[in-house]
Amino acid sequence: MNQNAELASNTAVPEPFSPLKKDSIVAEAWKRFKKNRLAMIGAIILCLLVLAALFAPLISPHDPYTSVKNQTGMLNVMAPPSGEHWLGTDSLGRDIISRLIYGGRISLSVALVAVAISTSIGILLGLLAGYYGKWVDTLIMRITDIVICFPVLFLVISVSTMLTPSIYNVMIIIGLVSWTTMTRLVRGEVLRIREMEYVEAVRALGQNNLVIVFKHVLPNIMAPITVQATLQTAEAILTESALSFLGVGVQQPIPSWGNMLQDATSIMVLQFKPWIWAPPGIAILLTILSINLVGDGLRDALDPKTKH
Amino acid sequence: MGSYIVRRLMQAVPILIGITLLTFFIMQLAPGNPMQTMINPKIPLSEMQKVQEELGFNKPVVYQYFNWLKEILQGNLGYTIKTGQPVTQLIGERLPATLLLTCTAFLLSFVIGIPLGVFSALHRNKTPDYVLTVVSLVGISIPSFFFGLGLIFLFALKLGWFPTSGMKTIGKDLTGMALFIDYARHIILPASVLALPTVAVVMRFTRSSLLEVFSLDFIRTAHAKGLSKRVVIFKHALRNALIPVITIFGLSIPFLFGGAYITEHIFNWPGMGSLGISAIVGREYPVIMALNLFTSILVLAGNLIADISYAWADPRIRYS
Repeated sequence: MNQNAELASNTAVPEPFSPLKKDSIVAEAWKRFKKNRLAMIGAIILCLLVLAALFAPLISPHDPYTSVKNQTGMLNVMAPPSGEHWLGTDSLGRDIISRLIYGGRISLSVALVAVAISTSIGILLGLLAGYYGKWVDTLIMRITDIVICFPVLFLVISVSTMLTPSIYNVMIIIGLVSWTTMTRLVRGEVLRIREMEYVEAVRALGQNNLVIVFKHVLPNIMAPITVQATLQTAEAILTESALSFLGVGVQQPIPSWGNMLQDATSIMVLQFKPWIWAPPGIAILLTILSINLVGDGLRDALDPKTKH
Repeated sequence: MGSYIVRRLMQAVPILIGITLLTFFIMQLAPGNPMQTMINPKIPLSEMQKVQEELGFNKPVVYQYFNWLKEILQGNLGYTIKTGQPVTQLIGERLPATLLLTCTAFLLSFVIGIPLGVFSALHRNKTPDYVLTVVSLVGISIPSFFFGLGLIFLFALKLGWFPTSGMKTIGKDLTGMALFIDYARHIILPASVLALPTVAVVMRFTRSSLLEVFSLDFIRTAHAKGLSKRVVIFKHALRNALIPVITIFGLSIPFLFGGAYITEHIFNWPGMGSLGISAIVGREYPVIMALNLFTSILVLAGNLIADISYAWADPRIRYS
């Protein structure tokens, strides 16, 4: 009796042949994520936004680039919301809801490419610094210390004024300057993992450093990397919209949520035409909020230990 | 403590050199010869050749970097392209306004953020905590320009409580209390915009730090020896919980100065941020680069102060 109870409570004995065992980390994380109501709301909003961006040509009621004329043959400028234009038209008579949908496409893709760049740089530098240590570590961390002193927005703005503004430059610049947090994070995680016995075992087996770093260390720090990359996406959208709002990011006539808000710098538009500036602002807020919710949810789901 | 300060100062030196290197490198991306903007355009043409020679126009870039550094150390940040004004003077004129705005926002962040964090921690997992959590998430997520425009729309244009822009009412000769109130009415909206994300971060940080301290043994001891709840929370727990909040001091500095760019632009605040925006529009590279250099050095100094005060508050740091 006593012996049986002891056996049953012994968690070290593996359960034989559970079908879920192979992807249990992902499955368990998903189970925890599903329970987080705020994170699920964020995920749903985010999915809808991504779908809208993907199928922009199918769902937008008008062309985002053509100015519409009204019955009198004049340009239909700054028309209030109506059955024809659900969110009205902007200062050049273009349909706002169509520009909003296409703008989402631009803003999201700029952010994704920028984050892909910054994450790759961050992971690479972090792995190098953390695994090789010594002067490599010192050098990389000193460079990180230097770059971190420049507020990201400052740095992005100054570089983009020197180059010709274009979508691609915005992507590259944001990507090239916002890798510092990721580098520090990855380095810290690698320092922790590097000392673990299994890494020592692999090293003792004679594996070369490249294999150890990419096959044995990297997969074990994917959870914090995923969370950081998610939160970084929100940051990139904010930076891009700020840049475009100031006129050094995505340029007219290409719509982006940031440059759609430019019209609101005129007091007249701000006071009397809220349909021009409110929708893109709300779109940015909603996107960043849902990404942050998903990011927080992911952190809790992937690493239940750190949950407060 | 003394040796710790010296050590941190020594570490800051290579970073400072790195900052100047990076700034110089970005300057090289600008069209034209960036060194030309270091020369006072008012000097006679006959001497131009000589000055260019001195600055090393025909020498390698490395040589130019050291000459540039020498000029910077002598307080010459270059001259604007269009009007030929010294950039140092421009920044000097704008600095007080920006410092006033960022310091106000800084104070607001802690005066509002810490009590809200304590409140949230004390009501952990109850409705007020959830509401504050969502509010702080929105605070982090809202783009500053949209929030700023929203505040102007609501409080300045619709309700008329505050002025839409500027730092003081122009054309009025105010003194004493009236002047102070005039400034306060102008600063409240931009300072709120600038402070909002930091308020949210300070609040979340205070909350989790306080909850962590609550679970420690010495708090249980304090409870056990019969101290009142208030004494335990405010005298024992909060004092320890606020130590890590000091790190936010340092972290929020780049944030506040970066945010000042947009906030000052929206509210027409006559500080370095709006100077920067007009420099962007006018492609005034020397101004942009000087602002970059200046801000990053401010950030470095801010981080140093934060680190040192952290070590002062928590002696364990000094020895690790």
